[in-house]
Parts: sequence; structure tokens; C-alpha cells
Amino acid sequence: MAWVWFHRFGSPPHFYRLATRLGPWFGWSALLLCLAGLIGGLVLAPADYQQGDGFRIIYVHAPSAWLSLMVYVVMASSAAVGLIWRMNVAHAVAASCAPIGASFTAVALLTGMLWGRPMWGTYWEWDPRLTSELLLLFLYLGYMGLRNSIDDLGRADRASGLLAIVGVVNVPIIHYSVIWWNSLHQAPSVMKFGRPTMPASMLLPLLAMLAGFTCYFVALLLTRARAEVLRRERSAHWIAAALAAPAGSGTGTGAGSAGEVPA
Amino acid sequence: MMKFLAMGGYALYVWPSYALTVLAVILNILWARSALRTARQEALRRLAAARPASTMSYEVGT
Repeated sequence: MAWVWFHRFGSPPHFYRLATRLGPWFGWSALLLCLAGLIGGLVLAPADYQQGDGFRIIYVHAPSAWLSLMVYVVMASSAAVGLIWRMNVAHAVAASCAPIGASFTAVALLTGMLWGRPMWGTYWEWDPRLTSELLLLFLYLGYMGLRNSIDDLGRADRASGLLAIVGVVNVPIIHYSVIWWNSLHQAPSVMKFGRPTMPASMLLPLLAMLAGFTCYFVALLLTRARAEVLRRERSAHWIAAALAAPAGSGTGTGAGSAGEVPA
Repeated sequence: MMKFLAMGGYALYVWPSYALTVLAVILNILWARSALRTARQEALRRLAAARPASTMSYEVGT
């Protein structure tokens, strides 16, 4: 059963249809979750007893940092699936991850700097957490640069896929850096064993933002991966059928602007 | 309202963080959509070029 599913997922027409149908669900869930998280985080949550209202940066900083890591893991695992099973759709997914991951790594770094200035007294410190996150940005940029420098799509997929897989060692280093080394950065307050060290009024908006950003990423990824799948399919006849429908409309029931991310 | 905007004296750090994040969120949506639009147009052009004479199919565009 699992293999049937795996092969169906790997078939471009099936993937394209599925992505078109699922996209809006993730997009609208993301919008609702982020709205709830923003209201909870900016309005309802009390000020922190140490950091005052400055702690509210966490509601954009932590979800961006979470995306920067999760997107990398998705990118490296899809690249691995693509390399092992020679699956074009997996390579398309991996390639679609990079620009999203790079932009949210940059956002995590910049919002972290804006948070560090009032709390630590400095925008930047060559601290293990900050340095390894900066390295993550360079990994994304290197991946994209490598892809752009190779004209042959198959060779670009293989070379950049290897780079993505090698670079995955950086992910646990970033996550555990605040525990392994003496870091300026505070220890994780959500992803840890035992109970989170935050009251529910602060934690719930953060969880909503984390879930919202995750849904947003999936919606973006599905849109980008559809574009990549189209680029890879040279003369397949299914494209004619898929494109016969007006832009953005799905094959399933009319769920609004299917496949697009709501603005 | 002013109290909310002042963010307890941290307005200078809180609001730029939020503005930056919102900007990245919107830009990513626009980028993804334009990538899909470009890919669709290129695929349509390839189809149009291949259809009239399938014996001498060649690809137009990139």
C-alpha cells in the first residue's frame, strides 16, 4: 500500500493535481492561524517580566527560525529521495524549498538582530547560534548558486542535492548550539523535553504562529513545486489537460482560486 | 492606542521586526505566483510549438 502511494506521489500529473487541490487549504489555514497568533501575541499576551514588550519579537522571530530549519530538512530529504529513487518530483520539491528557506533564514537573522540590540546591547555577536544560522543562509545561497550555474537540469539536481544532504549536519548544530556552548542566545522555550517554560497566554499565540508559518510554507512549496514540475515535463501530454483549465483553477471542486496562496 | 504603538519603549525594535517579516511573507507569495505563471506560459508555448507538426517537434523558449 505504502509503495503504491509513493509511486503515485512520484508521478508528475498526480502530484500536480494534488498540489493544485491542497494549496488553498494550507493557504487559508495559514492566514487564520497567523491572524489568531498575531492578535494573541501582540494584544492578549502580557508583557514579559524581564523584557517588557520587547519579547513580542518572538512571534515573528521564532516562526521564521523554525522555518529556516524545517525547510532545510524538507529540502535535504527530498533531494535524498530524488537521488536514491531518481524521482523528478522530489527534485522539483527540493529546488522549490531553497528560495523560501533562504528568505526566512534572513528574516530570522534580521529579527534576531533587532531583538539582540535592546536585550544584549549588540546587533551581532559571533556566537555559536548566530554563526551557525548565518552558515545556514550561506548553504541556501550556495545551493541556489550551484543550481543556477549548471544548465543541465539533471546534473543541477544531482550536484545541488548532494550539497543539500551534506549541509544537513548544520541543522542539529544550530538547534543544540545554545545547549552545547555557552551562548548569548536564550535556550529553547518550546521545542524541549518536559514542560515549556512559558505561561499559556504567551505560548498559545506562539504555537499558532508556528503552525501558521508551517501551513504557509506548504502552500508556497506546492505552488513553487507545480512550477518546477511544469518546467521539467518537456512534452508530456498531461500538461495540455492540466493547462487547459484557466490559471489557478483546480481539477477538483471549485475551491476558490485553487492552488494559489491567498494574498 | 499610542501605548500599544509604543510597545513599552521597544517600538523601534518590535515594529521593524514585524514589518520585515510581513514583507518577506508577501514577497514570497508574489515570487511563487510569478514562478508558476512563467512556467505555465513556457509550457503552453512548448505545446503550441509541438502541436502543428509533430514530425519536426522542436522546443521554443528556454
